[in-house]
Amino acid sequence: MSPADIHQQLVRQFGDKITGANVTALDPWVEVAPAAIVEVGTYLRDDPALLFDALNDLCAVDYFEPDAKKAAKFAHQPHVEVVYHLYSYTLKHHLKVKAKLPRWKNDQAGELPEIPSVSKVWLIGEWHEREAYDLMGITFTNHPNLRRILCPEDWEGHALRKDYDFPLEYHGIRGQ
Amino acid sequence: MAITLEDPRVIEFDVRTDEMLVNMGPQHPSTHGVLRLLLRTDGEVIYEVTPHIGYLHRCAEKIGENLSTPQWIPYTDRMDYLAGMNMNLGLALAVEKLVGMEVPEKAMVLRVIIAELNRIASHLVGMGAYGLDLGSFSPFLYAFREREIILDLFEEACGARLTYSYITIGGLTHDVPASITIPSGLAALTRRSPSMKLSWLEALEMFLSWLEPRILEYHTLLTENAIFIKRTAAIGVLSREKAISYGCTGPVLRGSGVDHDLRRDGEKIYTRMYEGYEFEVPVAPFKKAPPEVILGDNWCRFYVRMMEVVQSIKLIRQGIQKYAKAEGTYRVPYKMTTKLPVAEAYLETECPRGQMGFYIVGNGEDKPLRARAKSSCFCNLSVTSELCQGCLIADIPAIVGSLDIVMGEIDR
Repeated sequence: MSPADIHQQLVRQFGDKITGANVTALDPWVEVAPAAIVEVGTYLRDDPALLFDALNDLCAVDYFEPDAKKAAKFAHQPHVEVVYHLYSYTLKHHLKVKAKLPRWKNDQAGELPEIPSVSKVWLIGEWHEREAYDLMGITFTNHPNLRRILCPEDWEGHALRKDYDFPLEYHGIRGQ
Repeated sequence: MAITLEDPRVIEFDVRTDEMLVNMGPQHPSTHGVLRLLLRTDGEVIYEVTPHIGYLHRCAEKIGENLSTPQWIPYTDRMDYLAGMNMNLGLALAVEKLVGMEVPEKAMVLRVIIAELNRIASHLVGMGAYGLDLGSFSPFLYAFREREIILDLFEEACGARLTYSYITIGGLTHDVPASITIPSGLAALTRRSPSMKLSWLEALEMFLSWLEPRILEYHTLLTENAIFIKRTAAIGVLSREKAISYGCTGPVLRGSGVDHDLRRDGEKIYTRMYEGYEFEVPVAPFKKAPPEVILGDNWCRFYVRMMEVVQSIKLIRQGIQKYAKAEGTYRVPYKMTTKLPVAEAYLETECPRGQMGFYIVGNGEDKPLRARAKSSCFCNLSVTSELCQGCLIADIPAIVGSLDIVMGEIDR
């Protein structure tokens, strides 16, 4: 099935929950409304024509330019994107699914944006989402165990955010 | 008659055991680096295993956002430090996919040779260390004797023994040398004069013909060893469905019976390197397996690695043949300051431990907006708690060892 066909099928099934697509990109992608990600994910995994049984990667990208001078030329609106790289071992095809979130919930700095967890759909989602929470600061609702995974539990901030302040000190250990 | 706990006869003889929390690691010798496993046990039986990772975390992805992509290559060496070449290759191919770069034929042939040679070195460590986990010391010494020669050869080719940065965007940093002095280890093993001069590829060929018969010895030492089979067969069984859902890749996935290898089933930009090569993908179940073995257990995962070494030898031999006829040069230049397009590319390659993915988001500058390294061991390790439930404490080194993890890659 070509990426365009997959997109068409998803639009037929979910209507305006599919908020965008680029089927001619290097890795063709479909954009999904964050609230519908579990529903769409389950459909992608179980539909006999799609059968995306593997979540190869889940990561988040921060589209933001902290430098005010460069921000004018920045090609994107500030937002955070959760990117799901799917693969089907049965049908051997790929799909990238994206979900756009605001950088901060209700535009309140420090309030983490929310998206439902896909850890029930693909088991590996649990660890990848913990990593995305740890490094990018995204809350995955209904996650069974949303703790930091790579940084210590008492770490402050989320390192992959573009406006992250590097800590000067951690438990008496001085940084740069 | 059903006996309840309230029955006085039972209480008299009831030995009450409390649940115990045991920390295994982060300095435990059998956890392959700084991995901490928190075990909840009842006596010897495991109820729950919680892996705690992150002791080697240095946020390589943030570093990657502050460097141009060729500058990030040395950092990929330090992810899976047992297979640095394969890590370099993964990033180089991802960037080539993003900028739409063509690599000359000669570079592709050399990349196959180098990547497969590193796969052998990595699987040798995997095999040796696994023997060590299970209390068998000698395979480790043999494995390191062999690996030493591979490292000598890498040193002749690129100057480094562990962190190579040899495969780079557009090809490789150097061609393989036309004339070298035979590595001393190889000279000793093959009884040649230590001052013998030969080309790098001849030395490689000499090493391969020395290595190939040795694999039978490893099988005698480990694979067919009765103690080894008792420790590995039917322990840590991972079903096909669980393996896929947990995102397991590489030998762990193939040990569970999924016939998938990116060198054959991957994206075009990667598989075209392997076009014209003949090789098989070893997948469990195996005809030669002892009767105790179950599909997806420790033994299967170990055996997949052993069989991959044989296939890699085959691939390198074909690569050496192709190198003589290959056209083009070993590298097309790629400037350090090349601006990445406003686009994104994700590419997975078959590394010794599984599918390593690099995801680069370009933003019209030389530095990427996002540089993501998806670790294969990270996914393979996530399955530990599933595998260890209900097994004995002594089985944990056998299970974790069979996943063959490298913490540098998990923590990034």
